Amino acid sequence: MALPTLAVHKFASCDGCQLSLLDLEDELLAVAGVVQIANFMEASREVLPPPYDVTLVEGSITTAHDAERIKQIREETGVLITIGACATAGGIQALRNWKDVDDFTRYVYAHPAYIETLQTSTPVADHVAVDFELRGCPVSKHQLLEVLVAFLQGRRPNVPTYSVCVECKLKGNPCVMVAHGTPCLGPVTQAGCDALCPTYDRGCFGCFGPMESPNTGSLADQWKAMGASERDLIDAFRNFNAWSDAFRKESDRHQTSIEIGGVR
Amino acid sequence: MSEPLVIDRQGVDALIAVLIDRGYEVVGPTVRGQTILYDTITSTEDLPVGIRDRQEAGSYRLEERGDDALFGYVVGPQSFKKYLTPPGTVFWKGLRTEDGFETVEADPPPRHAFFGARPCEVAAMRVQDDVYLPVGDGVYTERRERSFTVAVNCTEPAATCFCASLGTGPAVSDGYDIALTEVLSGEHHFFLAEAGTDIGEDVLADLSARPAHDEEVVGARRLVVHASDHMGRSLETDGLQELLSANLANSIWNEIGNRCLTCTNCTMVCPTCFCSTVEDRQALDGSSAERVRTWDSCFTLDFSYIHGGPVRSSPGARYRQWITHKLSTWQDQFGSFGCVGCGRCITWCPVGIDITQEAAAVRERDIRKVAVGIPSVKEVLE
Repeated sequence: MALPTLAVHKFASCDGCQLSLLDLEDELLAVAGVVQIANFMEASREVLPPPYDVTLVEGSITTAHDAERIKQIREETGVLITIGACATAGGIQALRNWKDVDDFTRYVYAHPAYIETLQTSTPVADHVAVDFELRGCPVSKHQLLEVLVAFLQGRRPNVPTYSVCVECKLKGNPCVMVAHGTPCLGPVTQAGCDALCPTYDRGCFGCFGPMESPNTGSLADQWKAMGASERDLIDAFRNFNAWSDAFRKESDRHQTSIEIGGVR
Repeated sequence: MSEPLVIDRQGVDALIAVLIDRGYEVVGPTVRGQTILYDTITSTEDLPVGIRDRQEAGSYRLEERGDDALFGYVVGPQSFKKYLTPPGTVFWKGLRTEDGFETVEADPPPRHAFFGARPCEVAAMRVQDDVYLPVGDGVYTERRERSFTVAVNCTEPAATCFCASLGTGPAVSDGYDIALTEVLSGEHHFFLAEAGTDIGEDVLADLSARPAHDEEVVGARRLVVHASDHMGRSLETDGLQELLSANLANSIWNEIGNRCLTCTNCTMVCPTCFCSTVEDRQALDGSSAERVRTWDSCFTLDFSYIHGGPVRSSPGARYRQWITHKLSTWQDQFGSFGCVGCGRCITWCPVGIDITQEAAAVRERDIRKVAVGIPSVKEVLE
């Protein structure tokens, strides 16, 4: 029986998420034993013709060409899984969405006329139907493996959508906010990183985007009580997942406060 | 049981040594980073000697006491449930064989001596006994039956403590093998040691301890009574079960929901919260499979997910479920409160939501009171 085929595609991104697949090391041979890697430019020059059974997509949509290419990829695959903060939320490059891209191209490029780009960086799901979004900057290789195994076995992946706090507690980490007043995005951020930063006494940076029911307003109030400014809050929420709905709205709320009240 | 004995710090070291000799892994309070956690200890050197914890809603800090107290703090974020129902416990593991599968037998769990268990902690284990033992939960039962408990009576409660309201402290009443009371005043520094079980008495017999004088016993008891009068918080329990069950429609829940992060911290640190989830894991090539149990929380959406969606989607509904279970429906289910007054949920809530304050607020805004003057349908019909 032929193995299911796997394709991996890249859009605007740093490659870190698809590298997570190669980074599986111990499990990589086992993966190669259960799927046929049919189109994965970072791993092999050999490209088999579409259609593919499962396609992983990394990166956000930032050009008109991207927007066309993702439609083609959608047509050529059975299951489409987006991986990483760029593909699921627009990535750090979505910071452009608050600015005028023409200004950037003027400042950065000697010949801005050669640059063809969209005004926004948006997640793949804004353009085509996506079967599963795997969060993270970068994704967790264990979750990536779990998602692949789940789709191959035809079951729902065990990828929890609760907060980073659960991972901290399961690991035995004391809360960094409570124990030493370190501002942390963990309570509003989806688990998946195994509470990497709080394990080293740092606050969470929100790499996995908003958790299932993020109460960003209440957390922001607590940050302020701990001494954070409106500017600090904008910076915290406008990060790798800046364009995710919950984080975008929260950062805009603090932007408005500054604009109306001149508060810093 | 026999009469109270007196030991000094060397005696406490000897007690730890005797327990280790008898094959126990002694686990108790120890400083890790900026927090007191539970971990393996081998002598009093591992205890937070001369350390105090300052606790308030959403805040926890350690500071030097300026003395040599071994137990001059209360409880940290962890409880002994981390040993009795460890997250990630493998229920069953199997390996594929040529003609089927074989089961991999798990090693027996360690025999734990829970050292320095506060009365609220001991009470929490009794609450969990009522949850796990009647249903024959193998993981809990095996660990619990093999365990030994050295309780420590409380003499200096934290600002978040309210065990006196629930009758679970500051003196330990039941469910311990040995109970210690630390007395530290001026020149005097000793521990009153009392056995609560035959095995506890047997362990104490291995120590060179002398019988306590009457005034030492009275002095130690007085410290604990003093603690009882100096609880940082209180919870009015009169009519509490009925209060909460009558206030499911109170608008207060949505207001609390505006502050609640649904982060699960309160349930994770609670020593009686027992909710769990079970996950099946398989190797990619199908060569092995295992069933694993880990902690879950009524604050996650998945927890109440049934066909079509979660039953409790709003944060307010999730907070209501939690506090109503702790203080009301737990009584229907197990005949006791599900809260022991340890204050962990208050301290470790990142935004400082306080169960005692919220219960008082519900009492203040009891919808039965508000409805006074408006005749009920029944009254109208009569």
